[in-house]
Amino acid sequence: MDILYKVFIEPFVFMGEAPDLLIQTLWEGLVSGVLYALIALGFVLIFKASGVFNFAQGIMVVFAALILVGLYEKGVPAFLALILAAGAMLVLAMVVERVVLRPLVNQPDIILFMATFGLTYLLIGFGELIFGGSPREMITDALFLPQGTTELEAFGGSVRLQHLDIAAAVIASIMIALLAVFFSKTRIGRALRAVADSHKAALSVGISLNQIWVIVWFAAGLVALVAGIMWGARSGVSFSLQIIALKALPVLILGGFTSIPGAIIGGLIIGVGEKLGEFYWGPLVGGGVETWLAYVIALLFLLYRPQGLFGEKIIERI
Amino acid sequence: MLYREAGQFKTNYVSDSAIFPLREDRIGLGLIILAAYVLAFVGNDFLLQAVMIPFLVFSLASIGLNILTGYTGLLSLGTGAFMGVGAYACYKLMTAFPDVNVIVWILVSGFFSAAVGALFGLPSLRIKGFYLAVATLAAQFFLQWCFIRIPWLVNYNVSGALDAPLRTLFGTPIMGPNATPQVRYLVVLTIVIALTWLASNLVHGRIGRMWIAIRDMDLAAELMGIRPLQTKLLAFAVSSYYCGVAGALLVFLWYGGAEYDVFNINQSFFILFMVIIGGLGSLIGSFFGAALIFIMPIVLGIVLPAMLSPFGISVGADTIEHLRFMITGALIIFFLIVEPHGLARLWQIGKQKLLVWPFPY
Repeated sequence: MDILYKVFIEPFVFMGEAPDLLIQTLWEGLVSGVLYALIALGFVLIFKASGVFNFAQGIMVVFAALILVGLYEKGVPAFLALILAAGAMLVLAMVVERVVLRPLVNQPDIILFMATFGLTYLLIGFGELIFGGSPREMITDALFLPQGTTELEAFGGSVRLQHLDIAAAVIASIMIALLAVFFSKTRIGRALRAVADSHKAALSVGISLNQIWVIVWFAAGLVALVAGIMWGARSGVSFSLQIIALKALPVLILGGFTSIPGAIIGGLIIGVGEKLGEFYWGPLVGGGVETWLAYVIALLFLLYRPQGLFGEKIIERI
Repeated sequence: MLYREAGQFKTNYVSDSAIFPLREDRIGLGLIILAAYVLAFVGNDFLLQAVMIPFLVFSLASIGLNILTGYTGLLSLGTGAFMGVGAYACYKLMTAFPDVNVIVWILVSGFFSAAVGALFGLPSLRIKGFYLAVATLAAQFFLQWCFIRIPWLVNYNVSGALDAPLRTLFGTPIMGPNATPQVRYLVVLTIVIALTWLASNLVHGRIGRMWIAIRDMDLAAELMGIRPLQTKLLAFAVSSYYCGVAGALLVFLWYGGAEYDVFNINQSFFILFMVIIGGLGSLIGSFFGAALIFIMPIVLGIVLPAMLSPFGISVGADTIEHLRFMITGALIIFFLIVEPHGLARLWQIGKQKLLVWPFPY
């Protein structure tokens, strides 16, 4: 009975006793959730438009951030470096479309998935060759990203909010809003949605699939750049960041592979769930549960609702 | 000229359903196995220790994953963890019962891995494709966490690492610091050949046909009376068995000792590469894939400096490492574009061409 008490009663009592800690944990969960959501968003964009499960999204995050930092270190002004990094993502999108996607069109999903693995290796090698493997500092000052913390006196204690995290949340929200407008209001956005619905029907009304793929990969590259700046500002730019990309997978399961709101809400749920689990229940089993808790949450969720929160209802059911 | 179908008649059902219907194929296979055994006596230690033993171990793991992904159509990213379960189970068994021969424990440890695999295979009943892949990632991370956090698994060893104790077979050390690469190679080779033979019989028999039916169309398979639950869990169990044995071989007969980090997510991806590049649903493809993915970087590491030095370009070890990554990635994409069905398909095409050579048809 002792173990049941420790699992089901004690953490909640502790939450009630120290609400400031609870708020702090929730806030940290939300912040990392926003960043998971950003990476998941890159996956969803590409998956919707081309049906490719893009494993290289994680390395694209690192690659974009590395180009930005690398150019800045060479003496390029920060905002010019930002534009050049975005340009590099456009070039990458075009090359990927021409060299990888076009020859492999109409192949089984797993083959395309594998091809993005090849792309991952290529980018890791290329990135390390040019920029070296050592971790770098993100250029927060030059990009006018705020530093420092605010202490809120509330709930019988104090809650520390990093300015950077607030900025990350704001920028991510702006970006998601922009993407939503882009998808629903512009001509290209409508073409993208048409392709997501049906490749063949889109082709028959004169939408160029190749062009759409370039645009989608470029959009995913831009999302990767933003995600790279934010993650980089928190924990430095290094190749170990790409492991974070794996954390986007449970987010996708939770939100559904094809839903942009799903990616965001899924990201927040995973972020908060992970931090709460680690802080309140982690000590019971020796800590470190953060590495697998997200997957277990997603796994349990799958058994109940295989298509995710907002995924398409027509899923291959067994 | 030498490779001909003509004149070989199948006069009964047994010869009609043979795995190698051609006499030349049987002779070729015999020669390959013979050459593999002879290699133990003519190859040097580097070749055996750094190339052949890991190649065979990875081939075995690829066969395991191929049974699951290639034959049953269930994508798994938990291979590394299932290999780990085999290694840790083997360690516990052989330290708890040191008198029983270690070969027995290597083969038995696979059953623990099979049980864990079947448990994590349960979600496959409701989901498939990439959703299942992510579900198996849960197994990968959870099991890896267990390897770190449960000291009982390494007998409360302070370093937290697995080490290979001295074990003998017929008085010859086959495990531990005293075992020569030659002996270990022979042990690994024999186990891999035996298990490959078993897998070949499995996938060509009733069970294999059940798996393939489930892969090709699960609904139709169910209507034909194949029970998806049992069939899929069996595929998970058999696949994990192979991975578990491969994991035990990896730690105790190749590395001679290892930490939990050997069984990380990259290992899972590595094995998946081998299966896809080699050819989904092909046993020989598993060997080809392992050869390409494992041996190619080694060869590149040797060849690249030699190729670049005549041009006066001297490159550091880290540049070679980066180039290796890039070339491996580019070759993966290249092979997928040239032949999406893997090296096994190229092999098949080659054999077809050889049958009619020198005529076009």
